[in-house]
Amino acid sequence: MSSAPLSGGLRVERSSPFILLQDAGRFGVRHLGVTQSGALDWISMYWANWLLGNPLGAAVVEITLGNLDLVCEQDGCLALAGADLGASLDGQPLVPWRSFEVRQGQRLRFAQPRHGARAYLAAPGGFDAPQVLGSCASVAREQLGGLQGNGGPVASGDRLHWCAAAPRQRTMDERLIPRFTPSPRLELVLGAQLGDFSGQSLFDVFNSAWKIDTRADRMGMRLLGPVLHCRRSTMVSEGIPLGAVQVPADGQPIVLLNDRQTIGGYPRLGALTPQAVARLAQCLPGEELRLAPVLQETAQDAHLRLLSQWRQD
Amino acid sequence: MRAPVPRLEVAGIDSLILRLFDSIDEGNMPWLLAASQRLHESFGAALIDLVPSYTTLLLHYDIQRIGAPQARELIAQAFADLQPASRSGGGCHHLPTWYDRSVGPELPLLARRSGLGEAELIRRHSGHEYQVFALGFAPGFAFMGLVEEALATPRLSTPRKRIAPGSVGIAERQTAVYPVVSPGGWNLLGRCPSKLFDRAIEGYSLLQPGDRVRFEPIDHAEFIRLGGDDSPLETSP
Repeated sequence: MSSAPLSGGLRVERSSPFILLQDAGRFGVRHLGVTQSGALDWISMYWANWLLGNPLGAAVVEITLGNLDLVCEQDGCLALAGADLGASLDGQPLVPWRSFEVRQGQRLRFAQPRHGARAYLAAPGGFDAPQVLGSCASVAREQLGGLQGNGGPVASGDRLHWCAAAPRQRTMDERLIPRFTPSPRLELVLGAQLGDFSGQSLFDVFNSAWKIDTRADRMGMRLLGPVLHCRRSTMVSEGIPLGAVQVPADGQPIVLLNDRQTIGGYPRLGALTPQAVARLAQCLPGEELRLAPVLQETAQDAHLRLLSQWRQD
Repeated sequence: MRAPVPRLEVAGIDSLILRLFDSIDEGNMPWLLAASQRLHESFGAALIDLVPSYTTLLLHYDIQRIGAPQARELIAQAFADLQPASRSGGGCHHLPTWYDRSVGPELPLLARRSGLGEAELIRRHSGHEYQVFALGFAPGFAFMGLVEEALATPRLSTPRKRIAPGSVGIAERQTAVYPVVSPGGWNLLGRCPSKLFDRAIEGYSLLQPGDRVRFEPIDHAEFIRLGGDDSPLETSP
């Protein structure tokens, strides 16, 4: 645990395996088989932290699907961004994309998804958790990260503390709030084994509605739609980037997310942009999406423009 | 051997696959290691992650520091006058292994399949020096090879839900040790008491890409003395 004096505190009264401490993720260790991890909707995490003047990748609670009850043990200021999970403070509705004051004894509740899938709760200076290989991001299967450093989720009985006393509160420009509109168009950077897919398949990829399967988690999300055909069925395993869209033998693509395995051997069409990955993280099984091709350099320019929105003060 | 010329393939917004070879070969590793070293030097702080595998390197760079054209230039620089890394540097890890049916349930199957019998199977598996081709699947999980043809066995058709840490297995012509509890479909022959992935280990992982490894048969008493946990699969913590 950190030796710095800690402030504030939330007592966890009810939780689920899908409530995780996350930050920007683990880097520089992927050659050891350690997954990237980190907040799936990194854009919402950035906003939650920005609202309090935190470093954008400070530790937050990633709340997937709700079912979380917290009791405030001290007065303080928190921020919420991302999905609308029917959050309330002592029964009063809390809207995401802003900071809010809490008083000792108040109860902070997350019910179920009303819009989007994942909400991000930030606290002044970030939540306190041990750094494991440079990050507190929780990965249960790797037994890395989280409050105890063993990858476990936020569990009932846990106490969450934060690292700074006073936040530098900010207000978001309404126009910058991500809207999570239905049937999003997700950009896919063309590459990898794209040339090994049939012409019909390449047409289908970008001209079909894809439905999100129930087999969806932080490792990857399976998409249902037309069957894609690739000349090769498997390859020698190689490193896989974030958002990679791989197509196993059944022809149904899988988007590989933050907790993906570090190497793999299925042919790929390329990889979603980070912005597309963040948007996908807000989709629930059964929702539809479309894929749109983008070239690497175009995507890089767009990504740098996106990042510039957090520079303004 | 002539220095490989990498083919660059776009892998994602900020990553490239550097394809150095077309097939798995023990001769690939000295080149992959040398290239990794040079790429770390040429990219410096702009390198986020570099993931070596059997024939490739996945290079993930920071697009806030450099653009795509500059990344390609730095790669070209790194490959100029590349010399293969020397093998002697890393030395060889000896992994003590208790080969036993209680912790290696596929021992009888592999002995039968190969027609070698259990004792000879163990002698052959432990009589060869393996190379670490890549780490993946789980932290510290090293894909090693090549296992001799006679011992090669396909993965179990139904993977186990839980495999004890330290379990030593074979899949096709590769062998590995499971560093942590995980599901898995490799054929299990025994158990190794050594810690493979731990924050106390320098570099976190005992085995690193390019390392050489030998398995050393030990008996039950030695396994326990070395801190091994001999509880059978289903009940191990």
